[in-house]
Amino acid sequence: MTNQYILDIIYLIASVTFVLGLKMLSNPQTARKGNLYAAFGMTLAILGTIFIYENPNGETFRTSVNLGLIFGGLAIGTTIGWMTAKKVKMTAMPELVSLFNGMGGACAALISLLEFHHNVGHTDRISIIMAGLIIGSVSFSGSMIAFMKLNGTLSKSIRLPNYNIINLILMIVTVGVAVFVVASGTDSSMWLYGTFALALMYGIFFVVPIGGADMPVVISLLNSFTGLAAAFGGFLYNNQVMLTGGILVGSAGTILTLAMCKAMNRPLFNVIFGAFGETAAAGAGASTKGSIKDITISDAAVLLNYSKKVIIVPGYGLAVAQAQHIIHELELILEERGVQVKYAIHPVAGRMPGHMNVLLAESNVDYGKLSEMEEINPEFASTDVVLVVGANDVVNPAAKNDPSSPIYGMPILDVEAAQHIIINKRSMNAGYAGIENQLFYDPKTSMLFGDAKDALTKLVNEIKTL
Amino acid sequence: MSNFISFLGEHIDKVYVLILSIFVGVEVIGKVPSVLHTPLMSGANAIHGVVIVGSIIVMLNTEPDNILLLSLGFVAVILGTLNVVGGFVVTDRMLEMFKKKDKK
Repeated sequence: MTNQYILDIIYLIASVTFVLGLKMLSNPQTARKGNLYAAFGMTLAILGTIFIYENPNGETFRTSVNLGLIFGGLAIGTTIGWMTAKKVKMTAMPELVSLFNGMGGACAALISLLEFHHNVGHTDRISIIMAGLIIGSVSFSGSMIAFMKLNGTLSKSIRLPNYNIINLILMIVTVGVAVFVVASGTDSSMWLYGTFALALMYGIFFVVPIGGADMPVVISLLNSFTGLAAAFGGFLYNNQVMLTGGILVGSAGTILTLAMCKAMNRPLFNVIFGAFGETAAAGAGASTKGSIKDITISDAAVLLNYSKKVIIVPGYGLAVAQAQHIIHELELILEERGVQVKYAIHPVAGRMPGHMNVLLAESNVDYGKLSEMEEINPEFASTDVVLVVGANDVVNPAAKNDPSSPIYGMPILDVEAAQHIIINKRSMNAGYAGIENQLFYDPKTSMLFGDAKDALTKLVNEIKTL
Repeated sequence: MSNFISFLGEHIDKVYVLILSIFVGVEVIGKVPSVLHTPLMSGANAIHGVVIVGSIIVMLNTEPDNILLLSLGFVAVILGTLNVVGGFVVTDRMLEMFKKKDKK
């Protein structure tokens, strides 16, 4: 009995580290320590469960087979998880988060599958199990699709006609079948695996039509789903740490999702049901075009070199081209020549909020040089040159002045207020949202075509010769 | 309906924990700067890896001769560990970038 109390205390400590960890993660000074606290609490909870947990019926199997498999699983998971996380490139971070999130969802779904047959006849437990199964499976398959979308395996948003209605029907059927399983008290594996398959399908159908630009929001949402699934596990096992950990992530994840939606000015409802419409994009693209103006490397170098103030707007193109180091070099050499350089970070620059900051921090860019949208926007008017590197939608004026545009209403960086705008892009292709950008045709705009890393390297070399 | 009420009644302590945790979750990250959104999401992602505790419980409740359940549970342990370890390590790598630089 005292053992049970010790385990309860361990779970209490772990829960407190989770709360503290999350709290500290929301401040740059304490974030890293917070993460370590939470990891420490997690280790305690895992070890405590392995060595102290007692089944309420007194049937705990701590044989060499059971323990061997547990430690084997831990060892394999740790090795793979550690190596993947250590080796991954900073640019691939978002999809990795999605992948790990999917693993958690799959784990929750598996637990539900395993517990089902033990609990047939207990309506309350079966309903918890079915809820955990559905949410875990949706989170798993959805995260896998998000992962494939972010790493480019699945580049197109596939949209069936009336996909919203199909998804709604699929969701109702999935929940309906689960309710039937609970209500009928059946112990049939067919129904169990049927629900599992339907939930997996729903996860796929749920994420597939959503555009890549909205992926961060989707991952954050699925993240809170997995939290919920873990919390259902807490209910099932009367396990406090699963309950608190799961719910914490569930609610924190939801708030984070809403914060991201707010940054993009896209209500969550639109993200899920009104994926960027192809028709609207086509309509906006047909509007008046002007002519675009090229700029050579040497002209761009001169322009930058003799400016007083330059603002760099980094976007996903910079991340893809791995140009975060060379942009820092450009910044340093311009500063040396007496140019004031700042970075303007749109809240959703890159693939995830904060993604750009992480990348630039990696290449030692001073934290104080990164300005958020609200503080930098009034400064564009007094800026000589804005250098846009691989960003598109976040500087698209259509968001301000074209009500028919799918991104209308999204807050953007007011780069068109600056004296000159140099846009580095690989091609004239539309941005992630698939919308034409009127800024490219602005008379103040010059285009510097080419891969970001390549073009910036040449630019730096050119400036050095001046 | 009476089922639902008796369910709530029997688990009222859990329901308290649930409701209060929701508020804690909301409060704790209420004012996070957008710079930290990605690491925070990643950290939260690692924390819901606590679901691994459930998979360990499954393993401890399974007879050593039930090969099917044990192997599925084994897979669940691996998946959960991936979530926990991968999640914390990735978060740490992201946050490593934010450490104060010594300015000359």
